[in-house]
Amino acid sequence: MDALVLARMQFAANISFHILFPTITIALGWTLLFFRWRWLKTQDVAWLGAYRFWTKVFALSFALGVVSGIVMSFQFGTNWPGFMERVGNIAGPLLGYEVLTAFFLEASFLGIMLFGHGRVSERVHLIATFLVAFGTTMSAFWILALNSWMHTPAGFEIRDGEFFATSWAQIVFNPSFPYRLTHVLLASGLTVAFLLAGVAAWQVLRGKAQAWTAKTLRTGLTLGAVLIPLQIVAGDLHGLNTLKHQPQKVAAMEGVWQTEKGAPLLLFAWPDEATRSNHFEIAIPKLASLILTHELDGEIRGLDHFKGAHPPVAPVFWGFRIMVGTGMLMLAFSWAGWWWLKRRGWDARALPRPLLWGLAGMSFSGWGATLAGWYVTEIGRQPYLVFGLLKTSEAASAVPSPMIAATLALYLTVYAALIVAFVAVVRHMAEKPDAEPTSKPMMARSAA
Amino acid sequence: MNWAEALPVIFMALMGLAMLAYVVLDGYDLGVGLLLPRASDAHKDTMIASIGPFWDANETWLVLGVGILLIAFPKAHGMVLTALYLPVALMLVGLVLRGVAFDFRVKARDDHKPLWNAAFFAGSGIAAAAQGWMLGHYITGLKPGWWYDAFAAVIALLLPAAYVLLGACWLVMKTDGELQRRARGWARMAWPPVVLGMGLISLATPWVSASVRERWFVMPEFIALLPIPLATLAALLGVRWLLGSERVLGRWCAVPFVLVVAVFCLGFVGLAYSLYPFVVMDRLTIWEAASATESLAIIGVGCAITVPAIIGYTVFAYRVFWGKASELRYA
Repeated sequence: MDALVLARMQFAANISFHILFPTITIALGWTLLFFRWRWLKTQDVAWLGAYRFWTKVFALSFALGVVSGIVMSFQFGTNWPGFMERVGNIAGPLLGYEVLTAFFLEASFLGIMLFGHGRVSERVHLIATFLVAFGTTMSAFWILALNSWMHTPAGFEIRDGEFFATSWAQIVFNPSFPYRLTHVLLASGLTVAFLLAGVAAWQVLRGKAQAWTAKTLRTGLTLGAVLIPLQIVAGDLHGLNTLKHQPQKVAAMEGVWQTEKGAPLLLFAWPDEATRSNHFEIAIPKLASLILTHELDGEIRGLDHFKGAHPPVAPVFWGFRIMVGTGMLMLAFSWAGWWWLKRRGWDARALPRPLLWGLAGMSFSGWGATLAGWYVTEIGRQPYLVFGLLKTSEAASAVPSPMIAATLALYLTVYAALIVAFVAVVRHMAEKPDAEPTSKPMMARSAA
Repeated sequence: MNWAEALPVIFMALMGLAMLAYVVLDGYDLGVGLLLPRASDAHKDTMIASIGPFWDANETWLVLGVGILLIAFPKAHGMVLTALYLPVALMLVGLVLRGVAFDFRVKARDDHKPLWNAAFFAGSGIAAAAQGWMLGHYITGLKPGWWYDAFAAVIALLLPAAYVLLGACWLVMKTDGELQRRARGWARMAWPPVVLGMGLISLATPWVSASVRERWFVMPEFIALLPIPLATLAALLGVRWLLGSERVLGRWCAVPFVLVVAVFCLGFVGLAYSLYPFVVMDRLTIWEAASATESLAIIGVGCAITVPAIIGYTVFAYRVFWGKASELRYA
């Protein structure tokens, strides 16, 4: 395989692994602040229990996010030297500000947040927790500013092939940034909502429910039920923004090969690059035009417009359907779950078992939707790295392919093992929630 | 020197300081990790508790250092990281293993704890050795050839020893009782290879590079620079003497750590003097490698505001966890 493909696979593997953990920590940080605040306000130990348990999940996710983030900070340079050479004047400061204003903040106050209780006052501890949550969100702000700029570049000029900044306000607040930031922050909220609900449901199913299980379930379902409609609106606006700036990505998402008016919404299809058409279409007439142009006979520019400069269709098409499908499941489960739970007087144990199984199965659905959405937007930008201006192939490195292949295999092995370990440990902690992290191993309590 | 010429120098200094902060701060973490297999299970928990609240922030200095290299000196970044591609990848995998083991070892099933302890040790060892290998190649100008590889291999063994000395002195400072005594013994064991390593680097750099020779071994610079090696030697001898005394178990417990940090700092100053004005020895100067002045200025403003704040809250975090390490508990 050639070095470009390997470098892309390696970077994709890293960034896919990395994104899983910030997706948890961004919203979980704020959730912890909420739990802590409820505990201080109500003095109900169940809130403290919820805080303690989810702090452990936070610490674990944070560690995985930090270590994979460090790998990424090196791979920007090792895998895409051409990117930094051409766009370094713009990407550099954005990445630099991320490290200076976010990375250090969260990493420094994490120690106090995790272990500082008793050493600092309750107020300082709350401030530390706030700063960690704020740091994770700031980190998302800068990274998404850079990422959005790569999709909708603004505020720069090009001299001798090198990019120079002309307006930092336009660079940071580029056209797709507000939509993308909102969409990603809501995705983080939904990921955490379903993780909370899923773990709580699992505890009920296994007969391991704790005092805090019901609180976790209620928090998760409420969060999910509130955020999912907002996410649908935000996603729609983000899609319209993409249609304006990157019509070829939308054409690939919808599998529209030829420009047409009143385009149907494809529920299922098999896009074929060779014949430049779809097989096995199942479609709802005119719906795609209605969604994208808000008119029944609105025109959607097809891929024929962008021959030679549009992304590979199948992954974008399928990624989009997986993301939207997961979103619909989230809507169904969060609303049904919330309604049932309210009807049963917020008693987690009284929920019907199929619903609990469904929620447990959805524990990591946020990861699936986030990755699918991420692939839609990133693969949808191809063949460009900076949309319309710099091709991915122009930025690749000169490192020989066997070396990239060897390190890729190494990273993949480690990451696969760590994902398995992460899920297994979250499950293990959920089933053994009483133990303090540093206490002696507990003997299994006899049933008698 | 005008503004456009001064900015790259300022960034080189900042990058150097970030790397020094990383080597000292994560150095003791890695050293503690390397000592883990020698300790009993209860001591392992205490050792990791002594570094638990700090390691995340400590590692961030590496991101800042390589970030400045990437942002301020993109050409050097390309040259250095292409030449060191494999050891960088190994170091990263090592850091991944070490970092995740912090959390997994106390959260996974009890019978998996030895496995995560092993990952902690292995990760620390791989990262430390890879950093030594990179240091060895970096100070000889990234030249290919078996001689340079051999030299790098020696440093790959000696830098971990230096981390062990630092980590053991950290434990002497942060623990008490039997663990403190044992840490003193570990520090004594690590001392001879560290002295050997510092000596080797001091001899090898002028050997391989004519420019280093000219910078150190001419009068009157030689006399002016003499305090650097002499102070290093004095600090190393002081550490050895203290480690042999009982005093170090009491009120003087922090002194060996401070002296070893001083040795690292002096080594850094010596190295910086040898290198300047090169980013890559004899191949690329600071100004050749620097990016556009406008970009440096915009990051410079950010650094001027945030770096003092970062140092401020780092000091705060260390003060919160001042004194002997206690069991780590979430609350």
